[in-house]
Amino acid sequence: MTTADTRPLLESTVTAEFDERSWDMVGSLALSKQLVSGEVLIELARRRDDIVVLTADLGRPTRVIDFGRAFPERYYNFGISERNMVGAAAGMASAGMLPYVSGYACFLALLAADQIRLDVCYTKLPVRFLSTHSGLTMGFYGSSHHATEDIGAIRSFANLTILAPIDAVALRQALVATVDHPGPIYFRLGRGRETPVYDAPIPEYRIGGSHRLRDGTDATVFATGICVDFALQAARLLEAEGIALRVVDAYSLKPLDADAVRGACLETRHVFTAEEHNVIGGLGSAVAEVMAEVGTATRLTRIGMQDAFSILGPPTHLYKNYGLDGEGIAKTIRTALA
Amino acid sequence: MTTTTLSLSTDERATLAEKARMVRTEVVRLTEIAGSGHYGSAFSIAELLVALYYKLLRVRPNAPQWADRDRFTMGKGHAAIAVYPILADLGFFPASDLDTYTRLGSPLGDHPDMRKVKGADFSSGSIGHNLSVSVGMALALRLRKSPARVVCMLGDGEQGEGQIWEAAASAGYRKLSNLVAIVDRNEVESDDRCDAILDMEPLDAKYRAFGWDVVHLRDGHDLQAVTAALDDALNGWHDKPVVVLADTIAGKGVSFMEHAWQWHLGYLGPRDYERAMKELEA
Repeated sequence: MTTADTRPLLESTVTAEFDERSWDMVGSLALSKQLVSGEVLIELARRRDDIVVLTADLGRPTRVIDFGRAFPERYYNFGISERNMVGAAAGMASAGMLPYVSGYACFLALLAADQIRLDVCYTKLPVRFLSTHSGLTMGFYGSSHHATEDIGAIRSFANLTILAPIDAVALRQALVATVDHPGPIYFRLGRGRETPVYDAPIPEYRIGGSHRLRDGTDATVFATGICVDFALQAARLLEAEGIALRVVDAYSLKPLDADAVRGACLETRHVFTAEEHNVIGGLGSAVAEVMAEVGTATRLTRIGMQDAFSILGPPTHLYKNYGLDGEGIAKTIRTALA
Repeated sequence: MTTTTLSLSTDERATLAEKARMVRTEVVRLTEIAGSGHYGSAFSIAELLVALYYKLLRVRPNAPQWADRDRFTMGKGHAAIAVYPILADLGFFPASDLDTYTRLGSPLGDHPDMRKVKGADFSSGSIGHNLSVSVGMALALRLRKSPARVVCMLGDGEQGEGQIWEAAASAGYRKLSNLVAIVDRNEVESDDRCDAILDMEPLDAKYRAFGWDVVHLRDGHDLQAVTAALDDALNGWHDKPVVVLADTIAGKGVSFMEHAWQWHLGYLGPRDYERAMKELEA
C-alpha cells in the first residue's frame, strides 16, 4: 500500500452518503496510482534539505500534493502561471535548491518552452520536470491538453536529459537514480492510470540506457510510455503467428541508447518505433537518426501520430483509432513483415 | 462612463431563468456521457451565458460566420460544456450533436474547437490565451469599421497567467472600447480556493491601472443584475475596454457543489445524479 492509499481522503466532499460511483477532485487523485513522485520525493527530502516541489494549480492531479502535506514549507503552488514557475525554479536552483516542477506535459514543455530552454537548459541548472499526462491521455480534453509534440520540442534543447519512466516502479527508480545528476531532466510521464509493466527495478539503469523486456529475432519495437505495454501485447499476439518480436523500453529518450538501436539493426530484420507522439521529432525521429548514421539497410516503420492533431475521444478509443494499441501495433508489424 | 438601465420584464426573467436551468441540467446530463466533467465552473457562468446569448450578443445561428457578429471567446475553455447547450438551443447545430459529447470523433469536447463547433468563435483549452486572441479580434473589427463587439469569458484562477496582463496592457493602451472581458469570480480553481494559491485581488485596481473601465457585478446569478451589468459593458458609453468582475458561486445550483473547489472536476453516480437533477429542476 502506498502512502496515498492509506491516508483518508480528508478534503473530499464525497462522504458515505454519496453514490459509490461519485468522485470529486480529491477522489480522482486515487485513480492515478502510477504517479508516485510525491511519495518518492518525501523519502528523498527526509535525507536532504535541498529538495523543493513546485506546481501550477495541478498539485492534485499530478499527485505532488502528497509532498506538500509532508513538507508544506518546501511546496510551492504558483497558481496558473507556468512560465513564472519555471523561471522561479531556475532561480531556486541557482541558489542551491533542487526543484521538482510538476505539471501537465502540454503546459510545461510547450507553454513554458522558452523558460526551460534559456533559464534551465542554457544555464545547465539541476531542475527536474515531472511532466505528466503526456501523449493522448487527456482524451476528450482535446489537443490543448494533449502533448504529442513535447519530445520533439525539447529534444533539441542542449544539456537536457529526457527520461520516460512508464510506471510506478520505473518512476521511483528514475527519481532515485538521478537525484545527483548535475543538469536538468525532463521526466515524461503518463496519466498514472496505466497498467504497470515492471514488478522490479530495471537492471543496470542509467541515463542513455534502455531495457529489453522481451527478445525476438524477427523485428524490434522501440517503445515509450504506454506504448511499451501495447508493444508487449502486440508481441504476445504475434507470437501465436510465429513472429518473434523484440520489445525495448526506450526509457532514456535523450540521450538515446544508440547501441541498442545498432544491435536491433544487426540482429533483427525490421525496426519499429511506437509512441504517443508525433512521429516527427519524437522517438521515431531519434531512432531514425541513429539508423541513418549507422548506415544500416534495416527498414524502419514509425508508429505514432502521423503529423496530425488528434480527434476527440476517450483515450482507449483514441489509441485504437490511431493503431497505437496492442492490436494496432501488431497489425502494422504483421503487414510490414509480410 | 455611464450606466444603462436595461431591465427585464417578469416574462423575460422567467425565460432566462428557464434557459439557465436548461444549461445546468444539460451540463449534468452531458457529464454523464463523458464520465467526468467540470461542474463547478460551468454552473458559475450559467446566468452570464444566457444573458449574453439570449439578450445581448448579436449573432445569427443560421450564419455563424457573419462578418459583423459579436464574438464570444471562452478563456476558461473547460466550461465549454455550458455553452454547447445554448448554441444547440439557438440552432447553431442540431441538438442531437450534444448526445455525441466527448465520444470518438465528436465535434464537442471538453474544450471548444472553432473548426468543429458552429458558433464557437475561437478554440481554447490552454488557460490564458483567449484574451490576447480577443484583443486581436477587437483590433481587426475596429480596423474594418465593424460595429461588432468581442466578449471574452475568463476565470479568476486564469488571472494568474502572465499573458492575461500582456493582453490587458495592450487592450488598455489601444483603448479597445469594443472589447469586454468577464471575470467569473467563483473563487476556486483546480487545487483549492484561489486565495489559498495565488490571490490576484484587487482585480478592480489592477484592471483600472491597465487602462480599463470596471463594472462590478455583485451577484452573478441575479438575472436582472447580470443583464444590467453586461448591458452597461456592451452598450454603455466607454472609451476603453471594460471588464465585468462577476461575483459568482462555483457549483451554483447543486447544494453539495456550491463554493467547493472539490467539484472543479468530478462525476456523479446514479443516486447523486438524481439528487442534483432534483435540486436543479425544483
